[in-house]
Amino acid sequence: MLNLTNQNLDFQTKALVLRSQRQQVLAANIANGDTPGYVAKELNFSQALREASGSGAGRLNLVSSSDAKTPGHIGLDVRSSLEGTSLYARPSQPSGDNNSVDMDRERASFADNSLHYEATLRFINSHVRTMLSAIQGQ
Amino acid sequence: MSMLSIFHISGSAVSAQSQRLNVVASNLANADAVAGPDGQSYKARQVMFQTVPMNSGTSQGVQVSRIVESTEPGRKQHLPSHPNADAQGFVTYSNVNPVEEMVNMISASRAYQSNVEVMNTTKNLLMKTLQMGQ
Repeated sequence: MLNLTNQNLDFQTKALVLRSQRQQVLAANIANGDTPGYVAKELNFSQALREASGSGAGRLNLVSSSDAKTPGHIGLDVRSSLEGTSLYARPSQPSGDNNSVDMDRERASFADNSLHYEATLRFINSHVRTMLSAIQGQ
Repeated sequence: MSMLSIFHISGSAVSAQSQRLNVVASNLANADAVAGPDGQSYKARQVMFQTVPMNSGTSQGVQVSRIVESTEPGRKQHLPSHPNADAQGFVTYSNVNPVEEMVNMISASRAYQSNVEVMNTTKNLLMKTLQMGQ
């Protein structure tokens, strides 16, 4: 039973990490809204999540990040699966300075992503609360 | 923690936009500046933005790569009685176009607001993340 609940929690954790990475991509797009020649990027969320949770039925791919900045820590292997899922957003209205950021779309995506992030957080929170009340049995 | 780097990204954009606003203020302040005895009037300035990799290349912020001066000739006005008039009686003003500067100012302030909003949203999300499981 604990294994079952852990799987659910793992899935939400991955979704949360991916949401925060998409948030970062969108923030970079908004920051570069006036940079000439900047190409807007986008994260294919559903594909990234499918790839992140594809192997081992919702099991986390734990990697020892000895080669990373913090040796000895165990990180989530989500970043490496992002390589194929990050793509360039197609500009709906091309601009003269080759900047392909559509500010309206970026801000809408940012709000949408924040909402989804918060939703995922709530799922995790209520999951934890459910587990706690099950443990306490009162 | 990738959410924390959003503050670096948006912070760099806010700083770049405020520099742009600074240049606009300088241009507008000197819009009616008259050329001195050397005949050199104030030249309108423009900031150039450039993408800069942050956090070991995983995210991209923005920075002001350089500030360029406009090469347009200054506005000339025929005022023979002016103390700074040249031999033909013309006074050279700065080459600032106030309409262009106002447009620049609005664009910079909107971009500034967008980035501040991004930081506020991210801060709220991080605060909620900190309270996870409580």
